Amino acid sequence: MTTPAPDKASGGSGEGRTIDELQRIATQVRRDIVRMVHACQSGHPGGSLGCADFFTALYFRVLRHDPAHFTMDGIGEDLFFLSNGHISPVFYSVLARSGYFPVQELATFRKLDSRLQGHPTTHEGLPGVRMASGSLGQGLSVAIGAALAKRLNGDDRLVYSLHGDGELQEGQIWEAAMFAAAHRVDNLISTVDYNGRQIDGDVDQVLPLGDLKAKWTAFGWDVLETDGNDMARLLGTLAEAKARTGHGKPVMVLMHTEMGHGVDFMMGSHEWHGIAPNDAQLAQAMAQLPETFGDY
Amino acid sequence: MTTYPVLDQKDTRSGFGAGLLELGRTDDRVVALCADLTGSLKMDAFAKAFPDRFIQVGIAEANMMGIAAGLTIGGKIPFTGTFANFSTGRVYDQVRQSIAYAGKNVKICASHAGLTLGEDGATHQILEDIGLMRMLPGMTVIVPADHNQTRQATIAIADHEGPVYLRFGRPKWPVFIPADLPFEIGKAQVLSPGTDVSILACGHLVWKALQAAEELEKQGVHAEVINVHTIKPLDEEAVLASVTKTGCAVTCEEHNRYGGLGDTIAQLLARTRPTPQEYVAVNDSFGESGTPDQLLKKYGLDTPDVVKAALRAIARK
Repeated sequence: MTTPAPDKASGGSGEGRTIDELQRIATQVRRDIVRMVHACQSGHPGGSLGCADFFTALYFRVLRHDPAHFTMDGIGEDLFFLSNGHISPVFYSVLARSGYFPVQELATFRKLDSRLQGHPTTHEGLPGVRMASGSLGQGLSVAIGAALAKRLNGDDRLVYSLHGDGELQEGQIWEAAMFAAAHRVDNLISTVDYNGRQIDGDVDQVLPLGDLKAKWTAFGWDVLETDGNDMARLLGTLAEAKARTGHGKPVMVLMHTEMGHGVDFMMGSHEWHGIAPNDAQLAQAMAQLPETFGDY
Repeated sequence: MTTYPVLDQKDTRSGFGAGLLELGRTDDRVVALCADLTGSLKMDAFAKAFPDRFIQVGIAEANMMGIAAGLTIGGKIPFTGTFANFSTGRVYDQVRQSIAYAGKNVKICASHAGLTLGEDGATHQILEDIGLMRMLPGMTVIVPADHNQTRQATIAIADHEGPVYLRFGRPKWPVFIPADLPFEIGKAQVLSPGTDVSILACGHLVWKALQAAEELEKQGVHAEVINVHTIKPLDEEAVLASVTKTGCAVTCEEHNRYGGLGDTIAQLLARTRPTPQEYVAVNDSFGESGTPDQLLKKYGLDTPDVVKAALRAIARK
């Protein structure tokens, strides 16, 4: 079985899934990530692995969505926008595993004629993707636009977005941050993959972000912090974030994560931001990640 | 030849404002965004009539483009309004990724294009925007000729599925397109038939082309004037039919000679029917402060420049 069984108990919302089951899904997602990047010898495993728990929590428990009947407009559904598009492997894996498209298609990642482009795009019509991302800093604005459309449509569902911490160096993020607070976009939960790493090194070496919580708070957001690799804490924080929507402020969740989480030799530095493992490294990684839902 | 009486003197941006207000009444999917230039873009009437569907984003054009892209997810038809420079060059990557590549149904409405913005000078007088936007796959590029046509085009693009760049300007300009002349995206208009030279123009220079045709007529030259209001997709059939008849072409645009209408036509002619062509365009320079009339004269975009270009084109046949 390559796709976790639909969770009927909560009307498909996933609220009935146990933490253990979610962790087992996240492990399979991590296997997918490493195998995908290995197969095409390119891509970004580090950030993808670090965000595997968040994506699993989001797609298998938090989002109210209908993977089998994807529509671009997503009326009546929660929406998610990936702004740091280079962590596409984790995005594609959870989309496939949650039923947006066949898991076998993960084998086409970054290959010619694939719907799974290096960075996600609507251009190839891949179900689950509503925006092109890759050039950084643009996704928060798009998520705000989608949240405003929901408000205009009287649609009470929520919009989520994910951003890299390095991505916060882009000026457009802060234009969007200012706007969302000023316009009381309170049906939006944005999250940051706060792993402290970027391509050239540690964020603190490249361009320190300073007190990130204070910055978002000063911009008028309701800010939460959590451990993005602790499923139980993450679920608790995402539930709290949801509870804080509708109160006049956009909600920000700063998720402390470890780049490369789940594969020991990929952790502890920025080196695995954007390189692929060789055959021996693949075997080493697979040994640390048991197959839980069947490889694609 | 056909002559067009001057019906009024109005700015094309007011045509946009009028069209947008009309759309507000007829289509509740239409939303408008502006980056602190509501008065300059003539969007105030829409903002007042439909406050729930007007979004003031402040001086943050990149964010505006992204929000517009997001609004399409949920079925809205966003119209962004700012100066042409800030609608294109300033936000090119946002337009490229979040709108064009993502195939979002955003209408990028750009005022104060070209030299006729006048006294503000070169920082604001973008002369490269047609080229920038034309290069984006799937982007429709429209440069209407006068107030009436800008109003018509504004309304027409709401019904067109896909990203559009609509370029217009600031100065009061002759209104001459009859209000009942149908406007269709991608369909060039033969405004005055002729046999000796095809004058292909867009935007403010369509009026200059008609003026030039009158001058040429006095010299016994029968010029055909075509309003190429849609630069992309180009009405290749209309252009080829005209140059097949006349054997030479003049292109007129308030834009750098690189990348705009002239190059669009030249590419078509080189590919299908090599034909002598002369450019009336800015000769690879930035603009400067001055009145619109002074600038058009200094930069070679005035009626006598069109006349001279037509005679040069004819001589090369």
